[in-house]
Amino acid sequence: MSKVLYSSISQKFIMALAGLFLITFLPVHLGINLLLLNSDPEPFNRAAKFMSDFPVIKIMEIVLFAAIMIHIIYGILLQIQNWIARPVRYKKSNRSETAPFSRFMIWTGGIIFIFLIIHFFNFYFIKLGLVEGDPYNFYDVAWQLFTNPLINIIYWVSFILLGFHLYHAFHSAFQTIGLNHRIWTPLIKGVAFIYAVIIPAGFSLIPLYIWIVSS
Amino acid sequence: MKITLDIWRQKSRNEKGRFVRYELEEVSPEMSFLEMLDLLNTNLIKRGEDPVAFDHDCREGICGTCGMYVNGHPHGPVKSITTCHLSMREFKDGDTITVEPFRARSFPVIKDLVIDRMSLEHIQVAGGFISVKTGSAPEANTIPVPKKNADEAFDAASCIGCGACVAACKNASAMLFLSAKVSQMALLPHGKPEAKQRAREMVAAMDDMGFGRCSNTGACEAKCPKNIKITNIARLNREYYKAY
Repeated sequence: MSKVLYSSISQKFIMALAGLFLITFLPVHLGINLLLLNSDPEPFNRAAKFMSDFPVIKIMEIVLFAAIMIHIIYGILLQIQNWIARPVRYKKSNRSETAPFSRFMIWTGGIIFIFLIIHFFNFYFIKLGLVEGDPYNFYDVAWQLFTNPLINIIYWVSFILLGFHLYHAFHSAFQTIGLNHRIWTPLIKGVAFIYAVIIPAGFSLIPLYIWIVSS
Repeated sequence: MKITLDIWRQKSRNEKGRFVRYELEEVSPEMSFLEMLDLLNTNLIKRGEDPVAFDHDCREGICGTCGMYVNGHPHGPVKSITTCHLSMREFKDGDTITVEPFRARSFPVIKDLVIDRMSLEHIQVAGGFISVKTGSAPEANTIPVPKKNADEAFDAASCIGCGACVAACKNASAMLFLSAKVSQMALLPHGKPEAKQRAREMVAAMDDMGFGRCSNTGACEAKCPKNIKITNIARLNREYYKAY
């Protein structure tokens, strides 16, 4: 039984499940963020308060952090094993047949992780009292933050890379959990593409809108 | 045709290797890639030099022996063929061709372009069989097999174990090879009794051999000379989950 916990397929299965959970989280986050486009701060602040106070959400927050950590740890673990598996590299290598975004998953993932830390400093750590700011008025925090063009650029670049990561992650996770079908797999790839465009575009729209309106 | 070859030379397992350039004239476009290497070796022997060691056997694309990495591709730039079927027509006069062994920790170089592929053998031995009494062949229609399953099992069974999937994969993963070996059994009634044990043991053997992990990049499928599909990898994953 111990073999199953350490096997390559199990490691990938766990990483895929954690990833799929994170994929379901993003639209929820985006849905709330879109309230920032409203000129009235009340709906967004109420949603933010609900997300930080509602007990079920509090439990889900723990699950979310666990999923992030599991996804990162297994991702790094698998990548190290992959690097070790080819100690001598090719002199002339052609990667044209390798799915383009699959080649950079560890790097896009790493940048998303750095972005996550910046994002926590901008918002989540205010809630925890680690960073100065009003935890009851995240609407103003966001509107103030995104007047800074540098922050906007960091967010946009991160979202583009998130899109690259999501496209491969979405359909790859289905293959890993064993779902590959003549009809469904092309459909999943199509949905993955739409998801990987819409989610980052939605997230990017908010800082862009705030920046344009403020300036 | 005049061809320049940039070939990996390595005297033995433990010695360091390096690329050596050879100029080769009088290469005919009608030659196969291996015949071109034969010509190079004839010249080297005439000059009193050590010929380039490379694996080959049937030269008909069915034995899986002749694996080498030609100009950035396992088995060369042409799809769905082995190195022995690669023709010199695919190259132009004056071309430089880089020839390397398949690179993977699980495929140590024995000499020059010859690699040790026993790691694939170990995976096969771990469970790539069915335990039945052999002897006279039973009546073929005793066990009905759906046509679709028979076709898919046959496609999986066409894997020649050359290791091109490992060579093509950025992670040096053997999942396509293993998935073919598991699928050819999993799709047929004969393979069912030992299905769980097979999936468990063969995956464990693959991990023990130090292959990389599958990232679903699809490079293996694109470079497989026998067109083994990555749908087999999804099937292998399912077989593995069912085994626990």
